[in-house]
Amino acid sequence: MINLEARRISIEFQMRRTGDRLMAIQDMSFIVEPGKFVCIVGTSGCGKTTLLNVVAGLQKPSSGEILLGGIPVKGPGRDRAMVFQSAALFPWRTVIRNITYGLEMQGYSLKVAKIAARDMIELVGLSGFEESFPRELSGGMQQRVNLARALVTKPDLLLMDEPFANLDGQMRELMQTEIERIWLQTGQTTLFVTHLIDEAIFLADEIIVMTNRPGKVKADIAVHLPRPRLHSFKKSAEFFAIEEKLRDLIQEEFAQIIHQGSPPEIL
Amino acid sequence: MTKDSRQYLKRLWNDNQYSRKLLLSSMTLAIFLVLWEILPAAGWLDPFFTSSPSRILQAADWLFAHGLWNDIWVSLSEFALGMLLGTTLGILVGILLGWYRTLDAMFEPFVTMLNAMPRVALLPLIILWLGIGMESKVAAVFLGAFFPIVINVMKGVRTVDENLLKCARSFNANDRQVLSTLVLPSSVPFIVAGLHIGVGRGLVAVVIGEMLASQAGVGHMINMASATFQTDKVFVGIFLLAGFGYILTEILKQLEKIFEPWRTADK
Repeated sequence: MINLEARRISIEFQMRRTGDRLMAIQDMSFIVEPGKFVCIVGTSGCGKTTLLNVVAGLQKPSSGEILLGGIPVKGPGRDRAMVFQSAALFPWRTVIRNITYGLEMQGYSLKVAKIAARDMIELVGLSGFEESFPRELSGGMQQRVNLARALVTKPDLLLMDEPFANLDGQMRELMQTEIERIWLQTGQTTLFVTHLIDEAIFLADEIIVMTNRPGKVKADIAVHLPRPRLHSFKKSAEFFAIEEKLRDLIQEEFAQIIHQGSPPEIL
Repeated sequence: MTKDSRQYLKRLWNDNQYSRKLLLSSMTLAIFLVLWEILPAAGWLDPFFTSSPSRILQAADWLFAHGLWNDIWVSLSEFALGMLLGTTLGILVGILLGWYRTLDAMFEPFVTMLNAMPRVALLPLIILWLGIGMESKVAAVFLGAFFPIVINVMKGVRTVDENLLKCARSFNANDRQVLSTLVLPSSVPFIVAGLHIGVGRGLVAVVIGEMLASQAGVGHMINMASATFQTDKVFVGIFLLAGFGYILTEILKQLEKIFEPWRTADK
């Protein structure tokens, strides 16, 4: 397995309307070790999603580089796969054809892709819905398809961009346990972006806290807690200790926003 | 009227809106047809100008035995061929102009002008170029169908769901794959909307074209009948065209219903 290294990444935007330059991320460096589940948390607008887009190769950094197994990332590639915040499913494709999409793009025959997809359907708990269309599924099931579509390509690195942000509280908790179960089965190196502190602690081996814009690493916190983590874990003393630490860190960033008097615009 | 049948009608009336609507509309239609039959027969109207249902049926009977099938066949082939060409090329050109901004900038004046002008005005020119055979009518239908489809497909291409585009890109899909697996299918509802306008324009084009200069076709038949004061035959042609337009509209309604879930933009 391969590790991910972000080396002094900076991302600058030019505002379309005013022409002003805006530093989204500045000099950000971090490493994700193989097999680890790493969460990135930060205030909204701190550039979490932008960072993930850069790792995915959908966007180029203004300076610095992303190394995957020591090789610089030049664009999207089959070594990475992304799970999107909105399920982003093709409404004219059935569940199984949505899951085979990535493999089809990578040149696999539909027959081979379908065999792989069936395993994934079982893994994410969608058996019996192979021929359903996305509109016939609940939000949680749509996110399972979204996840399976990424997993089936067997990427070295799985990127997840607040995949449960649009789900209700109960469904989110259920999906968190599901993600952990699937992760324990696949051992998939994962970079997971969220703004929810408890979600990060529940899932992560390691949590990277980002500063406000321009975003960089504010803190890197290891979560050495046994798995599988049940939801009762969210009431344990260890959990509270980490939660307090994280909350303080994020509070500091919020205080700074208020102090500066400039509310973060969401890009 | 027996008690049973009275009750049956009452139930039909009360039970559902659809049957009530059907009952009312068929009633007015029946009254209209009866009046149309009686008033000329009673001498209140001159059947030379107004004709009557029975005379129209007789005329239809005679016409079907004397070459009307050929007229229908000619009109249908002109229409079908023109629509087929207009739709296929319209989709192709619409995708190109929608996807490549440079091409759009180059050809925009032509598209806008030809779409805005009454294309009937081009008919004399088309007849001059292509003669009075079927070719000129095919070209006229083509011009009617082509532009609304181009314009709608362009709109469809430009409103492709950003998230789906990001998903396709993240799987390293190339331009050709993005076009065939994302842009084309998500344009389908827009193609159907364009067809709606195109079918209307195509029908007008075929009839006007045949009236202006031709040797066969329903429009030609109407024109000849009118020139020789055969009102009954004129009405046969009118009803044929009305029926044809109605069937096409219903088919398009069904198509719209089928492809509406394919719409991705406003989700």
